[in-house]
Amino acid sequence: MKPPHMGDIGGRFRRFRSRLGGSAEPEADDVWKAIQLARHAERPYPLDYIARLMPDFEELHGDRLQGDDHAIVAGIGRYHGRPTVVIGQQKGRDAEERVFRNFAMSGPGGYRKAMRVMELAEKLRAPVVTLIDTPGAFAGAQAEINGQGGAIAQSMQTMMRLRVPSIAVIVGEGSSGGALALGVADRVVMLENSTYSVISPEGASAILWRDAGKAQLAAAAFKPTAANCYRWGVADAVVPEPEGGAHTDHDEAARLLDGYLSRTLRNLIAIPDADRVRQRRDRFRRLGAYRELPTGGTAIVVGVDDPRPAPGS
Amino acid sequence: MARRQIHVSIDRLRGQRDEPAPRPQKLPSDDRACPTCASTFRAEEMRHNLNVCAACGYHWPVGGRERVAQLSDDGAYDELWTELRAADPLRFVDIQPYPRRVEAAEAKGTTEALVCADARIGGRPCVIAVMDFSFLGGSMGSVVGEKFARACERAADRGVPLVTVSASGGARMQEGVLALMQMAKTIVGFEVLRDAGVPVIVVLAHPTTGGVWASFASVGDVTYAEPGALIAFSGPRVIEQTTREKLPEDFGRAESQLSNGHVDAVVDRRELSGRIGRLLGILEQPPPATASLAMSLAQNGTERAARMAQALPSIPRRLRQRVLGGEPPADGGPR
Repeated sequence: MKPPHMGDIGGRFRRFRSRLGGSAEPEADDVWKAIQLARHAERPYPLDYIARLMPDFEELHGDRLQGDDHAIVAGIGRYHGRPTVVIGQQKGRDAEERVFRNFAMSGPGGYRKAMRVMELAEKLRAPVVTLIDTPGAFAGAQAEINGQGGAIAQSMQTMMRLRVPSIAVIVGEGSSGGALALGVADRVVMLENSTYSVISPEGASAILWRDAGKAQLAAAAFKPTAANCYRWGVADAVVPEPEGGAHTDHDEAARLLDGYLSRTLRNLIAIPDADRVRQRRDRFRRLGAYRELPTGGTAIVVGVDDPRPAPGS
Repeated sequence: MARRQIHVSIDRLRGQRDEPAPRPQKLPSDDRACPTCASTFRAEEMRHNLNVCAACGYHWPVGGRERVAQLSDDGAYDELWTELRAADPLRFVDIQPYPRRVEAAEAKGTTEALVCADARIGGRPCVIAVMDFSFLGGSMGSVVGEKFARACERAADRGVPLVTVSASGGARMQEGVLALMQMAKTIVGFEVLRDAGVPVIVVLAHPTTGGVWASFASVGDVTYAEPGALIAFSGPRVIEQTTREKLPEDFGRAESQLSNGHVDAVVDRRELSGRIGRLLGILEQPPPATASLAMSLAQNGTERAARMAQALPSIPRRLRQRVLGGEPPADGGPR
């Protein structure tokens, strides 16, 4: 395995590596701590990163179909000398803004806005950066009627086909298809204290334990930390946060992300378009872990290392 | 598919009397009572009628292999990739360990929640990929994603259509974020089909929800739904809990999703195989240009063109006969 991206940050390097690699299977308490940091009320949101990385950002509004979904912010700005498209899921800082942003749970209109701006990126040959932070896509009657499922699938298709480079950054909590809709990129990277999971711990608690109060237990079972996602191949890199978490120092958090983004974009741009599209497909084609039973032999586990004997083998 | 004879049980008359419907658990093991009209059917009749209530049209769930057999000509198919089985990458335990859930599901005879097969529908070869709701709620984990991607690649390689039936609660929780990634993997599969110009027909069975509806199931070329199937990203119960909205009875059902514009047609299971067969006929590409070129040259009487036509295995038999004249080749010719 290649080492995760560390940035040129001297002494922080060793501390970060020990935090990241210290325990491959973090204890339940550590997982819960990561989830709380990922959701910290003072954590930087996409617009906080955008303000620091591209001060002349032009935000674009509307899906050109029926409205403007405020859970997703999208637009274009200059980043290291070239036009770059950014799409982010924006939680609200205070109660009023949270309602305005619908807690970063977008409907189909949000994904359609994202797709529309991705088309612009394609036209301008501008790279696409997505900043993911959502408890999931919105569960509402109108969202269903307007095609929530199809919008998520089409957003994945659009990202899969992009001929420009793309990077998806999980900056906070990435939960369910609502997160993955913006996560089909050339590189998927997670901030140190971010989480990425098939469902939020609360949702899992209600479904699997049939008890809304078992979120901590669910979190321990899903282990959705950046370190684990890196181990599973779901994240290509983990970007360090300031000591104590991104909320302690927004400027430093943005600087650390900038280090990774600028270098990785430069590398991606050097790859011919067709190769990049093929590599992106291959990346998502490979993900997963299953056993393959050869006739009469023992099971091989394909994908993730699983030292435990498989059931029935 | 030849229309099967439809058997209606005289037991259905029971449902028309005022007496309460017989409780399903009182019936002999294989018999079933319809939950909407209380007609009762023997297992044999159920099979003949493709698990549809002959009295009211209620559609019961169908297992993966049974569904493949229903769709395929003469019920004949070759199942693919049964050696792929679930692993436990997260060592996941909720109220019981994941491997124990898998063992219990496997004990019922299916190997995973997706059954793939080579088959023919209406005489035309195709690859079929059918979800089985009885295997852990048809949930999409790594095996489902891998088999689905392979099915797409096989269809693309052979230039034959993919026919897929969805019936799933969504991503398989017990495989965590790796299950989420299978959504993207199915999208990769569809990209391969797109490059190959191969059509994909999606049939939405009850239920098609969560990550399955939010991935391949919502982006087929032609999309049929079975009557009454729930088709939604978030189910009505979740929506009612989240937003306190009161939803109409038919919310997210196939018929309302037709009027919402998310499916092309609601098709009764008894019509499904015939309808797909007809559609495959419409979607079939004309014979390759080389074949028609060879034929036009042959009509001008050139010997070389006749040799060329003989060398081309892709020319349909009828065409080859017209080019070369005489009897069809002894080996029976290409398909």
